[in-house]
Amino acid sequence: MRAAALGLLVLCAALSSAQAQRLSGFDFMSPATQALQKDDAQNPGFLWLKDGQQRFDSSCQRCHTAASLRGVAARYPAMDSLLGKPVTLSARINLCQTRHVKGKPLAPESEALLGLETYVAHQSRGQPVQPPVDPRLAPFVQQGRKLYDHRIGQLDFSCAQCHDQQAGRRLAGSTIPQAHPTGYPLYRLEWQGVGSLQRRLRHCMSGVRAQPYAFASDELTALELYLMQRAAGMPIETPAVRP
Amino acid sequence: MNERRLLLIGAAASVVWRPALATPESMLTAINTFTGGAAVRDGRVKLDLSPLVENGNTVPVTVSVPGFDAAQVRRLALFTERNPQPEVAVFTLGPLTGRAQVATRMRLATSQTVVALAQMADGSVWRQRVDVVVTLAACVEGG
Amino acid sequence: MSTLRVIVTAPTSARVGEVVEIRALAQHPMETGYRRSSEGEILQRDLLRRVECRFEGELVFAADLHAAIAANPYLAFHLKLPRSGTLTITWAGDRGVAHSESVRITAT
Repeated sequence: MRAAALGLLVLCAALSSAQAQRLSGFDFMSPATQALQKDDAQNPGFLWLKDGQQRFDSSCQRCHTAASLRGVAARYPAMDSLLGKPVTLSARINLCQTRHVKGKPLAPESEALLGLETYVAHQSRGQPVQPPVDPRLAPFVQQGRKLYDHRIGQLDFSCAQCHDQQAGRRLAGSTIPQAHPTGYPLYRLEWQGVGSLQRRLRHCMSGVRAQPYAFASDELTALELYLMQRAAGMPIETPAVRP
Repeated sequence: MNERRLLLIGAAASVVWRPALATPESMLTAINTFTGGAAVRDGRVKLDLSPLVENGNTVPVTVSVPGFDAAQVRRLALFTERNPQPEVAVFTLGPLTGRAQVATRMRLATSQTVVALAQMADGSVWRQRVDVVVTLAACVEGG
Repeated sequence: MSTLRVIVTAPTSARVGEVVEIRALAQHPMETGYRRSSEGEILQRDLLRRVECRFEGELVFAADLHAAIAANPYLAFHLKLPRSGTLTITWAGDRGVAHSESVRITAT
């Protein structure tokens, strides 16, 4: 009984310290790279944002204003009632495309989709991540958590092993961040371009020699849902810069 | 063609070809082309570059000539010792330049020495060298 | 001839004689010609070569760029404002890429 109580106390302490010490990927970067993100005139992500703004002005503005988008990215992924499952922000943009604009869905990682997603998410910059309080999401959050904890690939790693247990320590010259996706879509120096969270997750999976889940798959959506819950309260940074 | 030969050819083709890196000599040749043979002295020009770079893809760099009027500076230039090519950029200042200071972002293929040059209006050329250590991102994805 | 997406950051007004910072960011891969695709083929060199800034036709600044300039090239330089006028930045590079962007600066 005492051992159980002590175990619970340790777990609470660990959880609360993990909560208290949540750090953005920004905090793990060198000052030079941080400077790239802090200066809007220098941040290459704004080139993609400018494209997204032009597309928004020519199409989305029929129904939405930029002001109306404030806070939207902070509460995605969210439930889509028609589909009966959660959708990411980029999936939502494509649902608008097909249902309302009556156009073709935009291809994953296309300039068009990345630009729009960057522009929309940027309207929430500085706002805290605020996962929707929706009981329908619960089973999907659980699925996301399971995927996060599950060991995959030839290297047999789970997300949790690196990003929960080893965050802050070094892997081949870089510091392992805590994996809070608060800045997506973001400009990655490695990519020399802007990319989505799904692109990053798929590369992490390739990195441990696992078959990556497909773009817009239920698994990637569930993972993103769990990761955003885990990042609740942290400020949106879109468009972020990362190494 | 039998399978084994195909496999060997495939293996040979998959060996990554790396471009020859520049050498200190080729950098000196490139610098000579810039200076037109004028003597280069240390001083005056300031090269702002982090000595430790976490990703050689995109390295912020600033070249300036503090304490001198912009009108006294004709051109600024950057060179590297060990990138595939030594030239990085040449900046020409004009009559309306307000300050002898240019910022940009460069690529560094490996740990090496970077050289900044300032060619003054009187023809003199000045130099600063900075040694940079470059570490790469952990998961080099290539995609 | 293809065009570029650029962002120019410059003040819209300044005092005569004031030194102001001009920042220019262009979207371009600056393909070095040393990289290979996943199929093993060389990705052809494709670079922005020259950036020029003029104020009412007079040269403010010019840059000759090489493969060692990072993708999505960024340049920051300074203008000493002589009077009200139009600042024009032009970019030119491989495969006929060219773009021009102008900003009006009013002298106060």
